[in-house]
Amino acid sequence: MSSVAAPARAKPRRRHRLRRSLVETASIVLGLILLIWSLIPVYNMFLVALDPEGHNEFTYEIWPAHPTLAAFAALWNGDEEDVRDIWPAFGNSLVIGVLVMSLTLLVSSLASFAIGRMRLARDWTLSSAALLIYLIPSSTLIVPFLRIMHIYGLTDNLWSVIAAEVTFATPYALLVLQYYGKLIPSELDDAARIDGASAIQVYLRIYVPLMAPALAAVGTYALLFAWNDYFYQYMLLTSEKHTTVAMALEQFFDDDDAPWNFMMAIAILYALPPIAIFYALRRYMAAGLSMGGVKG
Amino acid sequence: MTEFVAAGRPVAWRWPRLPRGHGRLHGADLRWSIAFVAPYAALFAAFAVYPMIYALWMGSDPALFAELFSDPRYLRAAINTVLFVGFAVNLQMVAALFLSGFFMRRRWWIKALLVIYILPWTLPAVPAYLSFHWMLVAYPQGLLNNLAAALFGIEGPFWFNHGWLALACDIVADVWKWLPLWTLILLGGRMAIPQDLYDAADVDGASAWQRFAYVTMPLLASLYVVSTLISAIWTFGDYSPVLFVSAGTPAFESEVVSTLGFHYALDFANPPLAVAAGLSLLPLLVPLMILVIRRLQRIEVQL
Repeated sequence: MSSVAAPARAKPRRRHRLRRSLVETASIVLGLILLIWSLIPVYNMFLVALDPEGHNEFTYEIWPAHPTLAAFAALWNGDEEDVRDIWPAFGNSLVIGVLVMSLTLLVSSLASFAIGRMRLARDWTLSSAALLIYLIPSSTLIVPFLRIMHIYGLTDNLWSVIAAEVTFATPYALLVLQYYGKLIPSELDDAARIDGASAIQVYLRIYVPLMAPALAAVGTYALLFAWNDYFYQYMLLTSEKHTTVAMALEQFFDDDDAPWNFMMAIAILYALPPIAIFYALRRYMAAGLSMGGVKG
Repeated sequence: MTEFVAAGRPVAWRWPRLPRGHGRLHGADLRWSIAFVAPYAALFAAFAVYPMIYALWMGSDPALFAELFSDPRYLRAAINTVLFVGFAVNLQMVAALFLSGFFMRRRWWIKALLVIYILPWTLPAVPAYLSFHWMLVAYPQGLLNNLAAALFGIEGPFWFNHGWLALACDIVADVWKWLPLWTLILLGGRMAIPQDLYDAADVDGASAWQRFAYVTMPLLASLYVVSTLISAIWTFGDYSPVLFVSAGTPAFESEVVSTLGFHYALDFANPPLAVAAGLSLLPLLVPLMILVIRRLQRIEVQL
């Protein structure tokens, strides 16, 4: 605390120092707790993935007794029956993830530009209407979704999953974009318009570059949304060739005899792309995610 | 955002706004703006409005709800859902509020820790929750019980043999996964508070608690409330912690409504009952949604 606050006592400075070192110690302890808390489940994934057997054999261990990369090697070589189809599944997950990310970015940035910048309607009308989709849990909406996808002719089609995930990811994206957009002065748009720029030019040259942090946050969010989803993929994709990684992992989970070291090796590989993207875009995230530091 | 703060611009500074009614859209601009909204409107109509109406229609038979409410599994799941959402959301928001303050400290190792701390949020849900499951599962022993045995000589419980304990595991897993997101959001909010306000508070001799109560909290309150509401709405619909960590064991005792819906739809081949289960959450979700929308409207007015 500032010395102004401390009443004049015999040794204010020593108290001050003691207090500082206490705070310092407490924050180091808290830091260690957070480190362990964050990493234990991740450590567990490696513990299982590096086990040579993977069949329940990792009992009473907190350290891998015979660590081996055999599970990863088997994935790479594709010579184990359990994991032969995993690379096409990675391909499907990647297609879904990338398309969900790009379409969410495109759809939500265009809509928030029209409402927030061009003032087609009051700001909150769009984001409020969009949020209504969260009224019915997505796990419930899957039932009508199955029938509707049949009507649309999208049964067992990757596009059905993409459409569903974009629909669920967009409302939050709109919210973030709208509040971040308020930080950009509308005079910039007006100046560009006076210089003869069309609406699409303002969108491309002013809105998108200035919104980069929010767009990075929204893109990462959408990718994570697609990567987190399992149920829509499981329900909407039925054929073998459309299996995704999330579905493959769940099949391991259902099978009591499944080689868990393979499962965890797949899980680790599956976790890598979003981590890579997140850390690449990290600088933008804090600013973008806080909805522009909503106040009021 | 942080740049604005660095430039010493007060938070409450407002961009000058054109008076209402000025600049109403005409001609080409109107057409462009409608074209820009069209993709979202089409998506929303085809994949949100239509399924929602379809769901309401499917769940419109009162007999379904009679069947639902007479199912003891549903009653347990409804209680579990309220507990799950109430505990998971509030625990993660309070922890995020506290930890966002911790991560504001300027130490190199705290910055480095933040990088690791984010990891749970970036991990895909299925692998992360499966890892929790295997860490806790008691046949023969998971990592957590092994650690307890090795470090303290304690024999850990069978985590999934008791309904409430299994639900608590799901709550912890959910907090683990989502805590980093809300911490980041509140951290962004804290970083937007200008340092001048804290300096002024220091000059007035404010204690750490007073700085928090009279400077941080009033400026962060709105973001905190909106985040809590959105988190609650999401958590009501989130099935993956329960589906993958406790898997509803033992005997449906740790199911929540959304996972019980799966069993109705898939295992009992009764999709309309699954829809009814989801719709039964509406009395809880509608008030939350009204609160969010009113908050959002107010923010627009104040900005």
